[in-house]
Order: sequence, then structure tokens, then C-alpha cells
Amino acid sequence: MAGKLLTAGKSLGPIRRAFAPWNDPAAKPFIQFQNVTKTFGDFTAVDDLSLNIYEREFFALLGPSGCGKTTLMRMIAGFEEPTSGHVMLDGQDLVGVPPYRRPTNMMFQSYALFPHMNVWDNIAFGLKQDGMPKPDIATRVDEMLALVKLEKFAKRKPHQLSGGQKQRVALARSLAKKPKVLLLDEPLGALDKKLREETQFELIDLQVKLGMTFVIVTHDQEEAMTVADRIAVMDQGKIVQIATPAEIYEQPNSRYVADFIGDINLLEGHISSTEGGVTTLDCDGTGAKVQVSQDGGAKLGDHAWFAVRPEKVAISLSPPADPSVNAVTGEVWDIAYLGDVSIYHVRLATGATVKATITNTTRLVERPITWDDKVWLTWSRDGGVVLTR
Amino acid sequence: MRRGASWFNVTSITLGFAFLYLPIVLLVVYSFNASKLVTVWGGFSTKWYVSLLSNQGLLDAAWVTIRVALLSATLATVLGTLAAIALVRFGRFPGGTLFSGMVYAPLVMPEVITGLAMLLLFVAIGFARGFWTLTLAHITFSMCFVAVVVQSRLITFDRSLEEAALDLGCPPFRTFFTITLPLILPAVVAGWMLAFTLSLDDLVISSFTTGPGATTLPMKIYSQVRLGVTPEINAICSILIAIVATGVIIASAVTKRREVDRQRAERLAIQGV
Ligand SMILES: Nc1ncnc2c1ncn2[C@@H]1O[C@H](COP(=O)(O)OP(=O)(O)O)[C@@H](O)[C@H]1O
Ligand SMILES: [Mg+2]
Repeated sequence: MAGKLLTAGKSLGPIRRAFAPWNDPAAKPFIQFQNVTKTFGDFTAVDDLSLNIYEREFFALLGPSGCGKTTLMRMIAGFEEPTSGHVMLDGQDLVGVPPYRRPTNMMFQSYALFPHMNVWDNIAFGLKQDGMPKPDIATRVDEMLALVKLEKFAKRKPHQLSGGQKQRVALARSLAKKPKVLLLDEPLGALDKKLREETQFELIDLQVKLGMTFVIVTHDQEEAMTVADRIAVMDQGKIVQIATPAEIYEQPNSRYVADFIGDINLLEGHISSTEGGVTTLDCDGTGAKVQVSQDGGAKLGDHAWFAVRPEKVAISLSPPADPSVNAVTGEVWDIAYLGDVSIYHVRLATGATVKATITNTTRLVERPITWDDKVWLTWSRDGGVVLTR
Repeated sequence: MRRGASWFNVTSITLGFAFLYLPIVLLVVYSFNASKLVTVWGGFSTKWYVSLLSNQGLLDAAWVTIRVALLSATLATVLGTLAAIALVRFGRFPGGTLFSGMVYAPLVMPEVITGLAMLLLFVAIGFARGFWTLTLAHITFSMCFVAVVVQSRLITFDRSLEEAALDLGCPPFRTFFTITLPLILPAVVAGWMLAFTLSLDDLVISSFTTGPGATTLPMKIYSQVRLGVTPEINAICSILIAIVATGVIIASAVTKRREVDRQRAERLAIQGV
């Protein structure tokens, strides 16, 4: 059903890899939030938030439902005005500019296709508002229909389309005016998993090809990781961390981010040394020592957590060479066999559980490690991070 | 559970329909009565329909009624729609509940009181009573019915459609006419029909607010019936019934047809054709 938006020719690798304006101090931000607060009555939806988004960036706002992502996006589109602070686009203050005069377009979560117009008229709607000459409108609409592979559906009404087709029409409609910024509010939420994954890659292709700035709102971390150049993780109206997907995953700055993105093991303790670029954490309860080649701003005596992803934990029946550092021992409590990987839940003496993910590289006949085995869990110095909040 | 018609169901339906329609059927049948006596059947005839055409009083009244109904229904629809939009869209404000309650008040207000209040107002401001006072009064009482009908449609209206239009560069005023109005049109039309019928058959408020030269059909019929029911009255009532019934049948046929079309289209979409 779902044809490719673009028949991918060249790999986008070189373009995507070289793109990092946020590291360039000379780069001018395209969208700027400056100390923006938005309150509804006595409820604060966005709380003193500052944020820079760069031209041609694919930027994701990620967070649980109700954390203020949509509100943030609606302030770019002009449907909400900040209670205080400024939203700037390309150096221009957007406060007071009504939505119909902003060079941004939005793809709505519900698609918001006009039910009394056919696909063609839906896509042409925005162009007609600008008073574009009729032949130009026709050319542009046909171009958009081709882009989303819906040429044959031009005369259909929205209720005669499947979910995936509606999504494409909504996308085509919001792209037709060639906006400076395309805002996507949970654009794939209504699609089934397979179609969603396909469409994610099509969105990336499209964004690079059109050279537009895309801002996407999502509560799906995989979606954000797949499409975005950078992700802002939000919590209760504040941004907790802004970074590339890899940084967010490997270098979360807080337990909140570590826990929100993927799976994580947390060991609580105190910093006992920060010498020689190595941070040492003494775990509460087990007394195990964790050494990490990262300082992360942790100071001697700080209450902190060691965070390590399950796939970076090795599991073994025999103790490591030095069992006093970066190793814990426990009993296999549970095994989740997921086909490609198995997740071992190991119960430590303190009662805490540590997870280790093992890739099933051979066909599983008999588990070398099984329930109630006494095992050792180990990791390298670069395997995890120390978090102080 | 057993489906189909049990004797109990059949009886209750028959009784119910008889209760509703027997008087009307009788009225229509007697409008074709050749005899001048309303209660004695004297054979089939259409002469009362013919004689209607020369009854200038009834024709004048019919003409007034139709003019008042068309004008008041149209203005009530405009005002009622605006009121509905204001009530649904304005969001919550102090006294909002009281305000929307006040819009509904005329629905339950005894007509005699509405009529009397209007009469007092027109007298107080020295407004000569006639066609215009009648129209104003009809607008007043039918507006709230339109507001209720349109309001119930607007509550389920997806606001993001309007936002999408704004987002695509369409200013608010144009958005109303290109997006909102076409989508709530069925409710607006239903409101108009309701206002039209209400105006067509109003007797009480009309009697209070009318003046010389502006007698409506219901008033005319009522005053003639006091002198005795003539088959002519039956004839004009039958015509009214025919008009209303035709309207209702057309309206429901159109709705039904739409529904069928929509369902077929949705099936097509699901099959992914
Ligand atoms: N117009 C509004 N009036 C009152 N509260 C609102 C309004 N819009 C959003 N909110 C509240 O602000 C919070 C953030 O909403 P939203 O930005 O939609 O969250 P998200 O998109 O992250 O799920 C929610 O708790 C929501 O109830
Ligand atoms: Mg949202």
C-alpha cells in the first residue's frame, strides 16, 4: 500500500553526518525560545524555557504526555502566545504575529483534513490563500501529489482514504506552501507500527531533500531517535536535556532522561574519589566499587547513581580477574527470551535487580546460564555514566 | 431474544399511530367532502380547494404568514448561529452558565408571557404594531431554538480544522465562511427549518404582537373556527400538512442518501482501494 515517498537514490549519510550547527558558536539559531513561560490559569505548561533550533535541523520534542510539547509547538505556529518571554524566527520576534501570517506550517495530530474538500482542494487550500495564479497552483499541487504518491487519489474526499493516505495528504498540504519551518505534532501516532517505521525514514529523506527545518513532537523515543538530528527531552514544562540521539542515549544527564530513553540499570551510592580523570562510586548496600572514566561534574562525597545500559553489562558464571571493581554478583532471577536477545534479570544481595542483555548469536538449544545460577555481572569503565540528579 | 412482531408490539404501535394521526387523517378526508356539513359525508369533491382560491381573507393571511416565516426564520438563523458560536467558543467566563441558561429560557417560557412582554415593550416604545412587530417577535422566540441546534453541532466540531485553515494563511473571517459554515451547514439548515415551522404555526405570540392588516393564517383559522368549522378550513389545513410533510420527507431522504453514500465510501477506504 504505502509507496515510498521518495525513491532513495544516494545515501543521506554524508549530509546527515556533517550537520552539526549547534556546535558552531558562529551559527545563528533559526528558531529561538527565550525564557518562555506559558500558563493556563494557575497551571504552568511551559516553564521559563530557552531553546535554539537551527536551520535545516530535524528537531524532536520528546516527553511523556502532558509535559508541554504541543504547547511549545503551538507557540511556534501562533495558536498560543507566551505568557512571558519571546519566540523568535529567523531573527524576527513572533509574539503578536497571527498564525495566518507566520511562515510556518503544521501537520496536525488528527490530520485536520477539510472533510468537505477533496484531496486536490485540500492541498491547494494554502496556495489559494496567497493568491497564487491558478496554473501555478495546479503545478504545485500535482508536484505535491507526486511527492506523496497520491496522484490517483486527487478527487477523493478525506473519508474515502485510509489512515496512511490521510497522513500523506496532510503532509502534502503542509508542505505545499514551502514553509520555512514544518511542525509535526505526533504525525505518525495513528499509523500501525510497520507503516510508522517506513514513514519515519521517508520523513528524513524528505527533510534533507527539501532542506527545510522540521520540528516534530512525539512521545515515542524510538521515533525521536530515528528521525531527529537533536532531541529535547522535556519534563513538566522544562527541558531536561538537548542532545543528539546518541548523546542522549550514551550520556544522559539525569536519571529522568536515562530512564525515559531505553532501559537502564541504576546503582545508588557515594562518590569516593575523582582522581586522575576516573570517578569512583561506592555502592550503598553491596559496597561494590564502580569506576567510570568520566567526571560528569560529580564531586567528592556527592550522592550519585551509576547508570549502565543492560547491553553494556556482561554476564558470566566465573568471577572476573578483579572482582572488587565494576563487578557485582547475584542470582539469575528471571530470563526474558525475545528472540534476537535475552534479558537476564539478576537479583543482587541487596534485593536490587540488574539487567543484562545478551545477543543470541547462535540458535538457542540449551542456556549456558539459567535460572538460580550464581553469576557475575561486569562492565567496562566506558560502559556507563555517573549521574548526580 | 425473539425478533419480529409480537401481538403486543403490533398493538402498541397501532394504538400509538392512531392516537397521533387519526385526527389528521379525518381532517384531510373531510377536506374532500362534498357536503357543507363537516361531520356528514356527502361524496368526494375538490370544490373546497377551488373555493379557497377566491377566499381573499385566507389568501392574504397565508401570504402574511409566509412572508413573516421566511424573514423571521432567516434572521433568527443568523442571530441564533452567532449566539451559538459565541456561547461555545467564548470559553468559560464568570457567569457563563447563567448566560447560556438565559438563552434557553424562551424555550420553556410560557408563550402567553413572552407575548405579553413583547406587547408591553412595543407599546412602551411606541412601535406601531403590524407586520414588523410580528416578525420581530417571531425572531425572538425562534432564535433560541436555532442556537440550541447549532450549538450541539459546534460542540462536536473539531477546532483543529479551523486552526489548520489559519495555519495555511486563511484569515479568521474567511475561515468561518470557507471551513466552519460549510461544515455546520446541516445544523444551520435544520435550525432554519425549525424556526420556519415555529413561525408558521404560532398563534399565541402572534395574537399579542400583531396589528391591523397583519393577520396570520393560524389566527385567521382560529377566528373562523369560532364561527364554525367549514370544509374550506379543512382544505387549507390539508395543504399546510402537505407542505410540511413534503419538507420532512425530502429532508430525511437527503440525510439517508448521504449516510448511505458515506458508509459506502468508508468501506472503500477500509479496503484500501
Ligand atoms: N488550552 C488549554 N487550557 C488549559 N490547559 C491546557 C491547554 N492546553 C494545554 N493545557 C495543559 O497543558 C499541559 C501540556 O499540554 P500539551 O502541551 O498538550 O502536552 P503534550 O503535548 O506534551 O502531551 C497539559 O497538562 C494540558 O492539560
Ligand atoms: Mg500533544
